[in-house]
Amino acid sequence: MAEMVEFPGPGRGGPTRDVLEVWAGTRRRSGLAPFVDGLRLLVRDPFALVGLVIIAVFFLVAALSGFLAPYDPYEALPTPEGELARLETPSGDHWLGTTAFGNDVLSQLLVGTRVAFIVGISAAIVVGIISTLLGLLSGYYGRYVDDVIMRATDVALSIPTLPIAIVAVAILGASLRNIILVVVLLFWRNGARIVRSVVLTEKEKVYVQAARAAGASHLYIMRVHILPNVIPVAFLWMTMSVAFAILAEASLSFIGLGDPNAMSWGQMLNLAFTEGSIRTAWWWVLPPSLCLVFLISSIYVVGRAWEEKTNPRLRRR
Amino acid sequence: MDDGPGGWLTMASPVVEVQGLVKHFTLGGGVVASMLGRSPRVVKAVDGVDLTIGRSEVFGLVGESGSGKSTLGMTLVKLYQPTEGSISFRGRDVTRIAGSALKTYRKDAQIIFQDPYGSLNPRLSVAQVVEEPLRIHGVSDDAERGTKVVEALDRVRVPAAEYLDRYPHELSGGLRQRIAIARAIVLEPEFIVADEPVSMLDVSIQAGILELLERLSRELGLAVLYVSHDIATVRYICDRVAVMYLGRFVEYGDTETVIARPGHPYTKRLMAAVPSVDPASQRTRVDAHPDPSGSDTAGAATETCTHEEPHWEEVEPEHYVACPLH
Repeated sequence: MAEMVEFPGPGRGGPTRDVLEVWAGTRRRSGLAPFVDGLRLLVRDPFALVGLVIIAVFFLVAALSGFLAPYDPYEALPTPEGELARLETPSGDHWLGTTAFGNDVLSQLLVGTRVAFIVGISAAIVVGIISTLLGLLSGYYGRYVDDVIMRATDVALSIPTLPIAIVAVAILGASLRNIILVVVLLFWRNGARIVRSVVLTEKEKVYVQAARAAGASHLYIMRVHILPNVIPVAFLWMTMSVAFAILAEASLSFIGLGDPNAMSWGQMLNLAFTEGSIRTAWWWVLPPSLCLVFLISSIYVVGRAWEEKTNPRLRRR
Repeated sequence: MDDGPGGWLTMASPVVEVQGLVKHFTLGGGVVASMLGRSPRVVKAVDGVDLTIGRSEVFGLVGESGSGKSTLGMTLVKLYQPTEGSISFRGRDVTRIAGSALKTYRKDAQIIFQDPYGSLNPRLSVAQVVEEPLRIHGVSDDAERGTKVVEALDRVRVPAAEYLDRYPHELSGGLRQRIAIARAIVLEPEFIVADEPVSMLDVSIQAGILELLERLSRELGLAVLYVSHDIATVRYICDRVAVMYLGRFVEYGDTETVIARPGHPYTKRLMAAVPSVDPASQRTRVDAHPDPSGSDTAGAATETCTHEEPHWEEVEPEHYVACPLH
């Protein structure tokens, strides 16, 4: 019986393609190449590009906030008449007006950018690493490893968020480092569960068994077949952690446990709230709110696009 | 089981030799269950199997869903650890190997899965899928891997220049299965378990894949365990066949003989379930209730059995039937 021919006619590139050239084309450059490729693909997506630009601008502002801020964010500023510049609307002197305490809103906003980055990004990175690692081990090895890690997660999940945060910061002292530590302690648990659930589905894939049958080690399987599917999910969780971290920081600031040396967006909003200005002083409320919205949605859009680009099935050719 | 399998074991240099293989799965054996004193439930997927496969031989394994045929296949390539019994590969015992010995065995024994849509990682290109086993086994030279991948693709009749940089989602089921076969042979194994390799494919391309398997077995001297529930495909490529039921073989022998003159009541039922193209032949309805060793009168079970233990009867040369009373 003649063998069935099941190939469609001449495909892409026609019959002239050279095997070795095609092979060379499929080679991955080692090291950071996947990230460089990913970034190149991201830039082609208009949404992701806008997100990246916004994040980059915020990052620059955060880095240069010391030079950019026109006033000391904590200084109670006087009007030309010598009174306290209380709740002034935006003007040439104060582009974004002043607060009820006579502080320059723009200066606080710029300094707050730095705090948002420090708290949000560093907490998210640590949360991401811990959740990915624990979720991966728990889901992949199962059995006793899973039992131990998941029971620890259950205990962590039963801890009420804010009271523990208050107690921990009160004991450890109010500083950005301790706030980051508390955020990490409170948010690794959900991340670990989410990553674990992804690993549980991924490790049952037939190609994982195929890799095992080919002699792959556990480390190889986790690295090559499971991690690429976990990272987009962990990345999304990290973007959410950024928001959680910034919110947690704001909540702690609200009850007087914020770092007294760091003016954050959350702190600005909470000050506006406690001063009863949240409905009237739009120049005090809108800038930090918009900054929060823009920064967090940009991170989310980039995370979403990253997932789309690294998954060939979703890739638009 | 002292009568029958002896005949098989005399085969000149078998590639794979299995004796008394048992694979039980324990369910509900968690920490909490054991603390509560609950005894775990045991599923006897494979329950005492003897088997040998020689070079260039395609050995068929038929049975219904849940008969343990896939478990047997996966245990043979050590995806499951056997509970009891022994597996030897070219005279070397591989039942309890681990570490580097297991890795060496993985090079010699490969598996092709039923689902070509699930067995290829969608994130990897065809080139990466086929070269993966080479990478795992430390073939670090890129050009060497390239040569071997192209060679394997040639063997499965896939034009490498056309498909190396494609991704699985761009390929048809038949092509994917060819890629999976290329991946399985790229390490030049001596034994391949094909676990229902065509059951998810369109009938029109099944023949091509079967043809390919048979040719590879011949050309590369491969021992192939072909697992299927489809008698027609088994008849098409298998030299010998075993019928599996509830974790045991109930009948084995030359494919044509077993299909033409089934001896065990269960095999008879299985054959009666195969549709016939002859309009004159009326299919006899048999009780499909799975009780091959029981009291029904569908076959030879009416005889009385004087043996204490399960045993084999050689009904004709190279055709063995298990005593249906055990």
